[in-house]
Amino acid sequence: MNVNDIIKPENLVYSKTSLMNDRELSYCPGCGHGTANRLVHEVIEEMGIGGETIGVAPVGCAVMLYEFSNLDFVQAAHGRATAVATGLKRVMPDKFVFSYQGDGDLAAIGTGETLHTCNRGENITIIFINNGIYGMTGGQMAPTTLVGMKTSTSPYGRDEKWMGSPIDMTKLVSMLPGTYYVTRQAVHTPSAVRKAKKAIQKAFEVQKNKLGLSFVEIVSNCNSGWKMSPVKANQWMEENMLPYYPLGDLKVDGKLITK
Amino acid sequence: MSEIRLMKGNEAIAEAAIRAGCDAYFGYPITPQSEVMEYLMAERPEKRTGMIVLQAESEVAAINMVFGAAAAGKRVMTSSSSPGISLKLEGISYIAGADLPCVILNVARGGPGLGTIQPAQSDYFQAVKGGGHGDYHMLVLAPASVQEMADHMPLAFDLAFKYRTPVMILSDGVIGQTMEKVKLFDQMPRSTEVPQWAVCGNAGRKNRIITSLDLDPVKKEQQNLALQAKYQQMRENEVRYEKYLCDDADYLMVAYGASARIAKKSIEYAREKGIKVGLLRPITLFPFPSAVIAELAKKMKGILSVEMSAGQMVEDVLLATRQTPQVPVKHFGRYGGVVHSPEEIFEAFLKHFNLG
Repeated sequence: MNVNDIIKPENLVYSKTSLMNDRELSYCPGCGHGTANRLVHEVIEEMGIGGETIGVAPVGCAVMLYEFSNLDFVQAAHGRATAVATGLKRVMPDKFVFSYQGDGDLAAIGTGETLHTCNRGENITIIFINNGIYGMTGGQMAPTTLVGMKTSTSPYGRDEKWMGSPIDMTKLVSMLPGTYYVTRQAVHTPSAVRKAKKAIQKAFEVQKNKLGLSFVEIVSNCNSGWKMSPVKANQWMEENMLPYYPLGDLKVDGKLITK
Repeated sequence: MSEIRLMKGNEAIAEAAIRAGCDAYFGYPITPQSEVMEYLMAERPEKRTGMIVLQAESEVAAINMVFGAAAAGKRVMTSSSSPGISLKLEGISYIAGADLPCVILNVARGGPGLGTIQPAQSDYFQAVKGGGHGDYHMLVLAPASVQEMADHMPLAFDLAFKYRTPVMILSDGVIGQTMEKVKLFDQMPRSTEVPQWAVCGNAGRKNRIITSLDLDPVKKEQQNLALQAKYQQMRENEVRYEKYLCDDADYLMVAYGASARIAKKSIEYAREKGIKVGLLRPITLFPFPSAVIAELAKKMKGILSVEMSAGQMVEDVLLATRQTPQVPVKHFGRYGGVVHSPEEIFEAFLKHFNLG
């Protein structure tokens, strides 16, 4: 098969989602955000709901998400994405609304909004990128930062007695009656990406069927914040982040998964 | 066919919100305005008009729910009282920065801090000078009766959409809690129109972004200039006020809201003694009726600004009268939750202008 055959449309096995534009992503090379952005848009495109979807971009690395997207978007104040999403959804219950938030946004300054939005069972989808650090502001300690992990505001490592333990928001929200589907995924390997995409699709299906709140955590790397190469960051994530934040479904069809 | 009822200010404004075709209300309980949400919940507006009413987990969440619903192009409002409004200011700044319309009711109480639950007018600076971060204003209406609580509601929505701006109805505990006769306007239909800027899914068009962010300072400056142009338009077109007994007046009182009602009584006392006093009641606090005050000042022997604060609006009265420096401008007000009496205002008036 020569090149001209390979590039024929009928031989195309994969292409960029039409719901993202050609602007350069603002994320660091090797960061999981780009893949997560893509998966969300692919799912929305494949479900054919792009024209009925509104995204909410928070403060943090994902603040510019609307720059790369062809979807309608609202940029929310730090931590308030799910409140903004609530407002959108309540006045447009037949549209699809999702928030895309980092751990600083969702698990620190926005903890109240996150818990109460989940508790009310708003029929929205929350995509939660957890890389255990504040990426945008330059690698400060997040509520999700692991014990002992060095950041610019915990330069000697997170001291549990002084700074508290990492918060597992996904587990917390899974305990609330309002959540219908809660899962934790990653995007650092091809198989993880495939599973994450399935989970995101399930989350939007839950919203489509008006079953309640769907919550997808994606444990991700922050190679620049962690001061590691992308490959090393992914290895470190597997060895350190995933034991504390184990992958898999926490709640399916409104029922907690007990392992 | 209009309907006459005896209602609290807080109830009247809630009923007026439903009748004005409000699409959604998001709020959080705080004294002295909790009747607003209580009334709405009891009325089941989702059955009457389809209006959504949701109790949020905080003032902060409520104003951000307002932000989301406003981004969808809906007529949306929240209500609170002073400490709660302080919490909402971040969200209000975002709403102003994103050119979104909404209505915010402040039934003000005494401060600072937790202050008191009694009425005050000490949130004037916060309401008219911006309040949150950045160069922005709200358009501010100041009702002085239960009737105006109702009538300002559709006006507030119209102005909010005309200028794509947050509009504050700055009331106080007196007006919110007072029961008066109110003539209610007929039910207006909820709008089915989707504004050209609203986000609601981009089917059949290019996507829309609602944001207050621009990392390019030159572009951000342009957006700021556009905001300022909008505020200039408001100054030129939206000044509202009431003149009371000003035609023959030698002295002027300037007062809004509850203080204006009380000042009218003290003006009666003055006129019984043969002292001709008039009242200028700003109905819009931003834009402030500076031009009419400047004009009136020319024929006055003295001006007394009356407000339940340590002296906030008086600064705008002073600014308005800077062409007539020979006319003394004084302030009187009880505050911290104390409501001044007509007698106290009259005494202060006599003392300030050496008429006693």
